[in-house]
Amino acid sequence: MGSLPEIAVLDELINLRLDEILSERLGKMLTAMKANKTPSMAIIATGGTLDTGYLPFILSATAAALGWNASVFFTFYGLQLLKKDISDLKVSPLGNPGMPMTVPFGPRWFRDINWEIPNAIQAFVPGFEAVATSLMKRKFRDNGVANLTELRHLCVDAGVHLVACQMTVDLLGFTPDDFIPEVTEYAGAATFLPMARDADVSMFM
Amino acid sequence: MSTAHDFDIDARGLNCPLPVLRAKQAIGHMQRGQVLRVRATDSDSVRDFGAFCRHSGNESVSFEENGGEYIFYLRKT
Repeated sequence: MGSLPEIAVLDELINLRLDEILSERLGKMLTAMKANKTPSMAIIATGGTLDTGYLPFILSATAAALGWNASVFFTFYGLQLLKKDISDLKVSPLGNPGMPMTVPFGPRWFRDINWEIPNAIQAFVPGFEAVATSLMKRKFRDNGVANLTELRHLCVDAGVHLVACQMTVDLLGFTPDDFIPEVTEYAGAATFLPMARDADVSMFM
Repeated sequence: MSTAHDFDIDARGLNCPLPVLRAKQAIGHMQRGQVLRVRATDSDSVRDFGAFCRHSGNESVSFEENGGEYIFYLRKT
């Protein structure tokens, strides 16, 4: 069978050429597909304090402003962020050594003092958390940072998909009546995971 | 020099990401081709509006800086 080696050589040449053409075409197709796809983001929000509340709202509102599809899955304490009134959310400096304890008024030298107050005293003094929260809110306002309610409103306005974790809604004793009507869905892990799989950016907060 | 515009947003004194979010909100209520003026004092907003236009597809018509004030003109596309 004298022709067999020729076929083998031919096959190899064809394969080589196919590899070249295919990788070039696939590269072009993938680039075009990526450019045409609307980027998407899926966030899990677990924190229910004033400071942690900013993270999902700032990022999802900004993503939506850029034209992305953004979804936030609120679970455990993150559900606090969906309550009708979120103006009473607090920040706690207790056991939070990363939080600078500064006062947002008075002369510069006074503002620059970092009041390192021991945990035991923070825990003992009634109203410490409320004072820290109002100082934080004032700092936000003085720096032109959005308030949380406004930021959430911007998210709703921009079409951010707000999903409440049904299991933790039940677990923590909430009812849909406690939350804003703009919650788009009450769902579970099996709903979030496919969203996260398709998302270009997925984050846990 | 001021460019003609149909809508105006005063985002002076506001911090990231509010200028961009306010602009996006306004653009949502505008017709295609209309121009929005945004005034901001947050220096980061210069970069943010660049990214906003690139990603949202809206057109940056012009930009001015005037004594710490940043003025953006954006056209809805």
